[in-house]
Amino acid sequence: MSGPSDYQPTNPVLQWIERRLPIFGLMHSSFVAYPTPRNLNYWWTFGAILSFMLGVQILTGVILAMHYTPEATMAFHSVEAIVRDVNYGWLMRNMHASGASMFFFAVYVHMFRGLYYGSYKEPREILWILGVIIYLLMMATGFMGYVLPWGQMSFWGATVITNLFSAIPYVGDSIVTLLWGGYSVGNPTLNRFFSLHYLLPFVIAGVVVLHIWALHVAGQNNPAGVEAKTEKDTVAFTPYATIKDLFGVSCFMILFAWFIFYMPNYLGDADNYIPANPGVTPAHIVPEWYYLPFYAMLRSIPNKLAGVVVMFSSILILVFLPWLDTAKTKSCTYRPLAKQFFWIFVIVGILLGYLGAQPPEGIYVIAGRVLTFCYFAYFLIVLPLLSRVEKAKPLPNSIADDVLAKTGRKTAPMVSTVIALMIAGALFAGSTQNARAAEDETPPSQTWSFSGPFGKFDRGALQRGLKVYKEVCSACHSLNYIAFRNIADPGGPGYSEAQAKSFAAEYKIKDGPNDQGEMFERPGRPADYFPAPFPNEQAARAANGGGLPPDLSLITKARSYERGFPKFIFDFFTQFQEQGPNYVDALLQGFEDKPPPGVTIPEGSYYNKYFPGHAIKMPKPLSDGQVTFDDGSPATVAQYAKDVTTFLMWAADPHMEARKHLGFQVFVFLIIFAGMMYFTKKKVWAEAH
Amino acid sequence: MNPDATTIAAGAPIEVDLTPIASGQDIKVFWRGKPIYIMNRTKKQVDEARQVPVSSLPDPATDQSRVKEGHDQWLVVIGICTHLGCIPIAHEGNYDGFFCPCHGSQYDSSGRIRQGPAPANLAVPPYQFVSDSKLQIG
Repeated sequence: MSGPSDYQPTNPVLQWIERRLPIFGLMHSSFVAYPTPRNLNYWWTFGAILSFMLGVQILTGVILAMHYTPEATMAFHSVEAIVRDVNYGWLMRNMHASGASMFFFAVYVHMFRGLYYGSYKEPREILWILGVIIYLLMMATGFMGYVLPWGQMSFWGATVITNLFSAIPYVGDSIVTLLWGGYSVGNPTLNRFFSLHYLLPFVIAGVVVLHIWALHVAGQNNPAGVEAKTEKDTVAFTPYATIKDLFGVSCFMILFAWFIFYMPNYLGDADNYIPANPGVTPAHIVPEWYYLPFYAMLRSIPNKLAGVVVMFSSILILVFLPWLDTAKTKSCTYRPLAKQFFWIFVIVGILLGYLGAQPPEGIYVIAGRVLTFCYFAYFLIVLPLLSRVEKAKPLPNSIADDVLAKTGRKTAPMVSTVIALMIAGALFAGSTQNARAAEDETPPSQTWSFSGPFGKFDRGALQRGLKVYKEVCSACHSLNYIAFRNIADPGGPGYSEAQAKSFAAEYKIKDGPNDQGEMFERPGRPADYFPAPFPNEQAARAANGGGLPPDLSLITKARSYERGFPKFIFDFFTQFQEQGPNYVDALLQGFEDKPPPGVTIPEGSYYNKYFPGHAIKMPKPLSDGQVTFDDGSPATVAQYAKDVTTFLMWAADPHMEARKHLGFQVFVFLIIFAGMMYFTKKKVWAEAH
Repeated sequence: MNPDATTIAAGAPIEVDLTPIASGQDIKVFWRGKPIYIMNRTKKQVDEARQVPVSSLPDPATDQSRVKEGHDQWLVVIGICTHLGCIPIAHEGNYDGFFCPCHGSQYDSSGRIRQGPAPANLAVPPYQFVSDSKLQIG
């Protein structure tokens, strides 16, 4: 069913080329004349969306690679340098990082669509298997990309995932050594992951070409699941499918832009803003959200090898799907039972994802086992059984008939709706119980000038916060990523360049060696960075009773707390992402002289209500009247805490104002663009219906 | 893609001075990029490790086989959970040994797996006592 090309170039140059390499004819028959079923719905636009996302990822990735350094001691720093100093580097990084999530979101919709409409059935088995291969390649690429920023989650994610291979009998340990290039995850690992992360997207692009080739041989499936027979069943790819896909892509871009400009860290993990440390495991290792269902299955099996086998089988089982589900009817629209089970399966997948993010204890482990069973039962029991017992509804004679009979066909999936509501209720009850237990320790939500889509930093607060940092915090805490020049940057504390220069000159900076080979001190320049209070980690620990005062440049992004279900869903719409500032502010005010009864604090530590574990090495840093402000703001701990937190939020996210400003313009453009696409699509399709 | 010469050379044996480690304390040193726990066990910890019936363990091994004779209070283990490679925390858990925060595996005061998903005991690296207060790992 490859398209009958009527491509006849009139231009002599094109004719000359066409006789030698018929590439334009191929393009024409594939993407212009190619007949596409006329009853496709919007779920079919996700193919185009995925192609678009692959393009975005490759483009932004190539640009990021120009600035990134794949070396264990510099990788984290180079990513921060991209975000802070490279022109629109923050945009490239946000596009690439949330782009990965959007790519996976789209691929899951695409896969579920294939599952629902039976797109894996004869004659599209190879098309489906190529899709599973693309998905596996995407998972490998996404995993290795997540390792590259070399934060704590990157490092420990890499450790956990590479260790999965050690479960393989006999050769497991050799495979792991090959992956590491050393005795543990380290610099050689980072280097090879970078190389492979650059390579695999092009492999994906190659398999995508095969995927589209196979699609154009078998022809597209469609919601009715009957093959196109006559010309009345199809429309030309261009303009009909092209314009529809463009509209789909533009709507998808609106969602994408929401993450890029407003919620760049919503899907990430705060721990990944802490540089990798091979000596400390984060309390709670979680993969990116798109791997969570599989991670949940891995953890629910008590045996290591069996857990790994189950996890990999859960994906590989998709390869055999065309032979597990042998029902003749393709589309679940005409399969009343399969439809119900499909929606239950979707819910099982989502719940497994939820469990993957929970600590592996108590009820969560049991629920994980039940749901893992349900996942496999869908493929191994339900589908083969349904193929035999289910009685399908009558199919339309042709696609054209299906289009004409479109009206008045809506049956609510009753059973699954009830189940979904029940599960949501159970989750809600569970999380409120958790929330009640942890209520005292959750930092209170403050109002911040920088929250929301139009948030801006309060200049006064930034300047006061800088003063608090300089006079109090900087005695122990470094601010390694901030240069003196930054305080004159637009969107920052609002000093002039001259003020930044004189501010820098107050510092003594070590430089050298000079001609005599000696280090010397000179006054700071705007290009210098805030000097660290201690020369190295050991000195910092020795001076602070064994505790290491963390660098504050990223502290407001590197600290967070659980929001729980359903709050984290509302957060997506309200753009709530101030966990970090809330925590820092609460911590600074959370010191209490006497720990509550029953809590003992070791010698040399202090009780803090909001610090995890409550025993903090930092003594109460702020007290009333410690810093005087020129602008007459109250000299209270509450004011200091708020101002210094605002300053640190700017330090962690210096381009926030530019990001939100550009975000608004992009939104206005995208909404107008999507509207235009919609009306163009309506006009184009008006004759087709 | 196997380790290159520099990586292998950096993995040569290291010596550790044991004098600063008091009874009941432990230190963590890095060898070949892996954390090695050196624990000076108390009498109570040693007794606990030796009293448990070996046959009741998921990965049976006597405490004697995991330490060097004559230096029975010293436990030297690679601090990498045998489940998925996280670093267990010393002196935590129900067995006076190690607790892995990632997936909840618990090891006893001999570094043997007692509870949780890990399949094996914490590995003992190759080491020997150069003198009573000096240890060579590797």
